[in-house]
Amino acid sequence: MSKVTERTQTEGGRETLVSVENLKKYYGGEGMFADPPVKAVDDVSFEIRRGETFGLVGESGSGKSTLGRTLVQLERATEGRVLFDGRDVTTLSGDELKQWRRNAQMVFQDPESSLNDRMTIGEIIMEPLSAHGWKTKQDRRERALELLSEVGLQEEHYYRYPHQFSGGQRQRIGIARALALEPEFVVLDEPVSALDVSVQAKIITLLEDLQAEFDLTYLFIAHDLSVIRHICDRVAVMYLGKIMELGETGELFESPANPYTQSLLSAIPRPDPTADRQRITLPGTPPSPRDPPVGCQFSTRCPAKIYPEEYDDLSDDVWDAIERFREVVRERSRQELGLVDQARLRLGLFSKYDDIDEAVADLFGGLDAPEAVTDAIESAREQVKAGNPDAAREALFDEFNGICDRERPVLQGVSDSGQQSYCHRHAPEYEPPETVLQRRSDDE
Amino acid sequence: MASQSPPDADADPSADGDMAANGEEPLLSVSNLQTVFYTDKETIYAVDGIDFDVKRGETVGIVGESGSGKSVTARSIMGLIESPGKMLEGSSIRFDGQELTEFSAEEYQAIRGSGIGMVSQDPQQSLNPVYTVGNQIMEALEVNRGMSGEPARQEAIDLLEAVAIPDAARRLDEYPHEFSGGMRQRAVIAMMLACDPEFLICDEPTTALDVTIQAQILELLRDLQAEHGLSIIFITHDMGVIAEIADRVNVMYAGEIVEQAPVEELFADPKHPYTRGLLEAIPGRTEQGEQLRTIEGDVPTPNAPAEHCRFAPRCPVAFDACERIPPQPVTVEDGDEHTASCLLYPEGETEAERAEHHRAAAGERRRGRAESGGEP
Repeated sequence: MSKVTERTQTEGGRETLVSVENLKKYYGGEGMFADPPVKAVDDVSFEIRRGETFGLVGESGSGKSTLGRTLVQLERATEGRVLFDGRDVTTLSGDELKQWRRNAQMVFQDPESSLNDRMTIGEIIMEPLSAHGWKTKQDRRERALELLSEVGLQEEHYYRYPHQFSGGQRQRIGIARALALEPEFVVLDEPVSALDVSVQAKIITLLEDLQAEFDLTYLFIAHDLSVIRHICDRVAVMYLGKIMELGETGELFESPANPYTQSLLSAIPRPDPTADRQRITLPGTPPSPRDPPVGCQFSTRCPAKIYPEEYDDLSDDVWDAIERFREVVRERSRQELGLVDQARLRLGLFSKYDDIDEAVADLFGGLDAPEAVTDAIESAREQVKAGNPDAAREALFDEFNGICDRERPVLQGVSDSGQQSYCHRHAPEYEPPETVLQRRSDDE
Repeated sequence: MASQSPPDADADPSADGDMAANGEEPLLSVSNLQTVFYTDKETIYAVDGIDFDVKRGETVGIVGESGSGKSVTARSIMGLIESPGKMLEGSSIRFDGQELTEFSAEEYQAIRGSGIGMVSQDPQQSLNPVYTVGNQIMEALEVNRGMSGEPARQEAIDLLEAVAIPDAARRLDEYPHEFSGGMRQRAVIAMMLACDPEFLICDEPTTALDVTIQAQILELLRDLQAEHGLSIIFITHDMGVIAEIADRVNVMYAGEIVEQAPVEELFADPKHPYTRGLLEAIPGRTEQGEQLRTIEGDVPTPNAPAEHCRFAPRCPVAFDACERIPPQPVTVEDGDEHTASCLLYPEGETEAERAEHHRAAAGERRRGRAESGGEP
């Protein structure tokens, strides 16, 4: 620890510790006939400053855990660099990697499964020390006892087994283990998600105390926005492998720029029954990461989506029905047909998809859509029934695409203090997200 | 003293103010519910003498940490307590004028479908992995409403559409594993609607879901409640969700209800020290940068009848009497909707008077239990 403290003192507390550059992590997709890869982390760049708590928030499947694991080299990056103190750690291997790992540790979400039930607490905490050949056995023992008291446990806990502890205590053990080698950087992957509020508050307080005491830099991964807001200095919001927005915590929560962040914040239930606010309820679920949208990752659910000009006069209800119908067709195009259905398709006897009529009736029944729209829907329906949902999907895309469907936005600065957001609406030719959301929710 | 409930009202909660005040009998009335679990070592009083009502069309929240007994309360109402668990004599669960605790297994089965529905935390448990979702909904329709064939299929599609599952007709032929988490929870709700219940117990239905999906499910429940006039018990550990959905709230701690209040009042003016601690531990209510307040110690296991306040060892304002007298619910605001079980109340009385008040009320309750044979 002494080495670390010296450096932070001489160089000041706020320079970059970890720099992530165009990092990608794909699963699968290798080989000529493989399915397209799952893009768990899709080209993200950001910096973590020394001594800060950097938050990573997002729904399940957004790639936040994968990103955390890739940073500490538990996963190999597919592309891109992770600079740790200026050194690219994605290329490290063997002894170099092992040596570096002393510096970057991880605390896992589930204290039930991240501790070996057959080892005593002492053994668990000493394991990283032994693995790195840290001093003598006696020293390791003393270090383990010292760590126990650091995380608020007693010496007598040394000989006990994990099952004798509550969830909060187990999480303390996990934290002690992560701190054993005096790392500078700790990835906390949902460390309090499995705990009750009152226990959660204790663990958060412990993490804050330890950070102050040992000059730690945290990457704090969570889906709970109120926890993030409490503990983090800066936050990145992730969706489908991409950073949607990034900025100082206070600023991001007070004035979120990105439509996804705005929806996410409005969805948190507040412990205040008198709160009167506009809730944006997002439709549907995030798309499959195996088949992400061509344009903006959030375009299939975005409440502030930019519609093509020729359909400027469509009502929100009709747009909503169109988007939901496109979702239905997309889902169907992902399905694979069995042999019998393929044979029927060849023979012109295919009827498996006739139930698409039901979906059309459900979505468009009672809506007053202009002819151009009904024609497009009608022909898509015929194509689905004929067993060709892929063609229907493309036709719908051609008819209804706007810039959000076609092009990826770029992460761009939206404030002087470095807040960045990933949305087409920040370009000057479009109405900004806030006013659109306000207007569309007023119309309801 | 006029606004405070007299001791005998606490001992006999079935005669409390709700009915008299509104002239309407609550749909569900739980009184002196005691559910215990016998283990080799000890007897756990998982639910230890709780009283609450649910009126028609309202949502009553039960909030508490793990081990507070909120799920056991739900299972007790559903009649799902099995050995080594037992509901003690003297427990009363009145639903729509019937005493559920006296029901036979068959009678309960009938109530469970069409009277009371339940949505649990893990929708995976409520769905059979080897049958299609449509199959399971149609089975519920056949058992409860005698529908079958094409009409049942059409009704199942309508139900899935009612819970906002897109492309319902195709989804009907899919298996639970092909549904996402939020979608599965919707399917369970659709299955329950197939039974057409008037009462719904939601046991942490959104805990396993992401916030945006949670928002969808809460909205769905609210819509369904408005449409079908459902009464709901909503169980959760999340104070935010409670604030959002409940009309009245019961706060549970170690098997007991420590505070009962309309939702606005509970958040604006919590009376019990535990409720206060719980609210202060939530990140986001305190200013950023400020340390979270924590409650010292852990939730105890209620392994003996309450002879003292179970929260006393962790309570920042406990005094001597808290170690000797089990607190009883007393009214803490004008009207009788807000009660707290704490020796700090009734306000305005001396410590000795308050202690005496609770001692007398506890004595009444004990006598009431002894008469009905409730004390084991």
